Amino acid sequence: MAGRTSREGTYVPEGIADEFTQGEPAQGAPSSDERSGDKQQKPDRPSAPALGLVGTLRWMWRQLTSMRVALMLLMLLAVAAVPGSVLPQRNQDAAGVIEYLADHPTAGEWLDKAGFFDVYSSVWFSAIYILLFVSLVGCILPRSAAHYRALRGRPPRVPSRFNRFPAKASATTDASPEQVADAVAARLRGKISWLPTFRVDRGEEAARGKRPASATVSAERGYLRETGNLVFHLALVGLLVSVATGQLLHYRGQAIVTEGRGFANAVVDYDTFEKGSWFRPESLVPFSMTLDRFESEFASDTVAFAQARDFTAHVTVTEPSGEQRPEQIKVNHPIVVDGAKVYLQGNGFAPDITVRDAEGEVAFAGRVTFIPQDTMYTSRGVVKVPDVSPGLDQIGFVGYFLPTAEVEADGSARSAFPQPVDPLLVLEVYTGDLGLDDGSPQNVYELDTASLTPALDENGDRVKVLARPGETVELPDGLGTLTLGDELPRYVALDLRHDPSLTFVLVFALLALGGLTVSLFTPRRRVWARAYAGQDGATVVEIAGLARGDDAGLQAEVDRALAAVPGEVQQPEAADAPAETSVVTPDSVVEPVETRSEKD
Amino acid sequence: MELANLSVLLVWGAATALAVALVAFAVDLSRLSGAKVDARDAARDRAKVAVGAGAPVDEPVSPYGPDAGATAPGPVNRKLAGIGMSVTWLAVMLLFVAIVLRGVAAGRTPWANMYEFALVGTFVAVAVFVGVNTRRDVRFLGAFVAGLGVLFLVLAQTRFFVEAMGVQPALQKYWLVIHVGVAIAATGIFTVAFVTSVLQLLRDGRDNGSVLLGSRRWGWLDHTPAPSALESLSFRLNSVAFVLWTFTLIGGAIWAEDAWGRYWGWDPKEVWSFIVWVVYAAYLHARTTRGWSGTRAAWFVVAGYACVLFNFTGVNLIFNGKHSYSGL
Ligand code: HEM
Repeated sequence: MAGRTSREGTYVPEGIADEFTQGEPAQGAPSSDERSGDKQQKPDRPSAPALGLVGTLRWMWRQLTSMRVALMLLMLLAVAAVPGSVLPQRNQDAAGVIEYLADHPTAGEWLDKAGFFDVYSSVWFSAIYILLFVSLVGCILPRSAAHYRALRGRPPRVPSRFNRFPAKASATTDASPEQVADAVAARLRGKISWLPTFRVDRGEEAARGKRPASATVSAERGYLRETGNLVFHLALVGLLVSVATGQLLHYRGQAIVTEGRGFANAVVDYDTFEKGSWFRPESLVPFSMTLDRFESEFASDTVAFAQARDFTAHVTVTEPSGEQRPEQIKVNHPIVVDGAKVYLQGNGFAPDITVRDAEGEVAFAGRVTFIPQDTMYTSRGVVKVPDVSPGLDQIGFVGYFLPTAEVEADGSARSAFPQPVDPLLVLEVYTGDLGLDDGSPQNVYELDTASLTPALDENGDRVKVLARPGETVELPDGLGTLTLGDELPRYVALDLRHDPSLTFVLVFALLALGGLTVSLFTPRRRVWARAYAGQDGATVVEIAGLARGDDAGLQAEVDRALAAVPGEVQQPEAADAPAETSVVTPDSVVEPVETRSEKD
Repeated sequence: MELANLSVLLVWGAATALAVALVAFAVDLSRLSGAKVDARDAARDRAKVAVGAGAPVDEPVSPYGPDAGATAPGPVNRKLAGIGMSVTWLAVMLLFVAIVLRGVAAGRTPWANMYEFALVGTFVAVAVFVGVNTRRDVRFLGAFVAGLGVLFLVLAQTRFFVEAMGVQPALQKYWLVIHVGVAIAATGIFTVAFVTSVLQLLRDGRDNGSVLLGSRRWGWLDHTPAPSALESLSFRLNSVAFVLWTFTLIGGAIWAEDAWGRYWGWDPKEVWSFIVWVVYAAYLHARTTRGWSGTRAAWFVVAGYACVLFNFTGVNLIFNGKHSYSGL
């Protein structure tokens, strides 16, 4: 087994310095190596094993689950996370990766091979956190078992001498030793009998040396501290498992929907669809959704001119049962439909465009999605018109939709406000073969102009076709006409995501937070009291306290216990030296380690 | 608009007050180091005498070093430290009003961009300092907290400033108040803990005979609490801040789930918040690892705080991710 189990049954991972569980006050104590005698625990000198295969494996396991290795792995994890913030990452910024590879062909290729563009799914990053979690499990499970035993154990026996403890108090009283011990025990237990502050043992002690037989109290509180610590670490494991399960089961689809239209929750209806390896298409509940209206609001004051203020998509959801209900989707307020969340991720204009060819036939009629390029919604789009009358060249358009057009003297145009105050469509015209007929997939937002001929004016400049809502304009070279619809339908980009692990992720995260808080702020203390008949007949009471780590409240705890002493109480003068002189030296405190064996 | 301008003026006022406090605290420290009598030894002698004479237990000897006790009639006049404290209180109040006015001017919670984050973070750091000082004497931290405060405020005013205005839809949620508020509080507390750990390292170096730190110029270090006391103060602050930081991560993830459609996506801000968290987790482990506690653990606080600062400045200004709310 890795680590060691102390006489109390508390499991201590290798390499951990914990004076409390070893019953030794913190200050001035030498490293516990000196006493443990186990050379392998020396931090700077891991002795090489000469133990054969099993021995080597055991040695490695012990190293892996040691505190020092956990520490190293944590630091490694921090360092390994850095490159992912410096270099572009494929899953967030695929274009950035391509650009980087183009700019740094040699280094880029090496970095790519080593996984630097997918850091968080790279072999090395995964190796670190998997090792860390193996270490964690190897460390936490034995600790949990030991803690379970400790929870049923009793507080450690009263040490024979108190004078070296960091907190102590004493007094004399006319009450009997038994009365004193009972009162102190009652105070330490606290008022709520089913939820005692301290776990308390009332005992008797035979005469020892000059000291007569005594009534004793030994008490311990703060088991919750270790409980919290274990809950925290186990919750981290739960968190990791939940996240991984979510990765396997999730799906995510994007759909662009224009006003008045809808989409159905089916793989084919999404523009892009991404899924985990355990995803089954049957898990898509076949609801459908229609975008009734989209509203946007922008600031018009000078300070924050044109800054987005509010986006709302009004939709109607139709359940598989046929039941319909209206919903609103906003940024920050996704809606939940049959376990899937629907987010509003983007929006823009999808103007209605009709193109008639040279023979007057409608060659294209439909809404075209223009993608905003800046905060003013200067939006870029492409119209492909392959279905012209036989014998004619196919037509392609590429250009901008400007909600509030501002045309410069040089003919360039951009939008000056995101709302359609003065809308204008500006398109360049190309003719030739659009390359759609060979069936290879094409990006609908790009026009491959390499094999197309632009329409030029008499100066050799590209012709720009300008259209306002409701207008029909002539295309150059007698190609036909283009009509921009009166209304300007809006579109929204919806992101639909289903991840069945979300609840678990949240629960484990909150458990971790709770466990952490409990473990960091629960004081772990031991208090011992002894009462016996003094030489002058009065009862002498001595109380001592020991805490885990630094604990400012320890003396107060001891004083509270003393305050419970009944009868006519007298506190001796100068019972306590100032804090500095009460520093415990290690040899004097070996005793408190002595505890009852589990059997008695 | 007037309110916003007034707020800016008050921030300058607070920066000035902190600068004055810095000078007062620094002179106080240098006087301590120049003091002929080693106050620590003197106080220790007093304590011994007191014990021998059977003095009452509550002799004013603070566990944080006798001369740090406000009531101990030390040989050095600490009036300047008192002035420093008063001016620091003034700075806290000025900053508080400045932040409130900024919020009123913008019509929302006053912590939505880098400028405001810097203001509120400085406020928390200085407030934690004066707050802790009401319970125990930590005036030796004053010069450093005030110094960092001046630095942050001047940087904020000159480099991070943006006009007060509303926020984009992604930020319009109560999570802005919770997530960012808690992050700022954590940052402020990390700042004070960092100062404490740096002092611990310096003091430890001097006590262990470092040549550089052994010189007379560093004599004021003898008047700071013992390294173990500094370490435990730093640990307490760091554990509070760490819990708050854990909550920041969880709150951020809950918010991102609603605002960005995923709870975690390794965006640069998320990466660095995670790194900060892991480094402080490593610190907590180092504290309990044999051979790593004490001085070595304090270096983790330094590394952790460097990551906190980078997360705030570097990530906002260099990288470009979803978390680009600096307004710059
Ligand atoms: C994912 C990796 C880990 C993280 C994020 C983590 C985080 C933490 C944190 C934040 C604490 C402080 C809370 C407290 O003091 O109770 C802590 C404490 C502790 N951790 Fe971990 N831990 C990790 C892995 C491990 C491993 C692998 C081990 C075993 C080798 C371990 C053993 C401990 C122990 C023994 C404590 C208690 C220290 C004490 O006595 O106060 N942890 N951990």
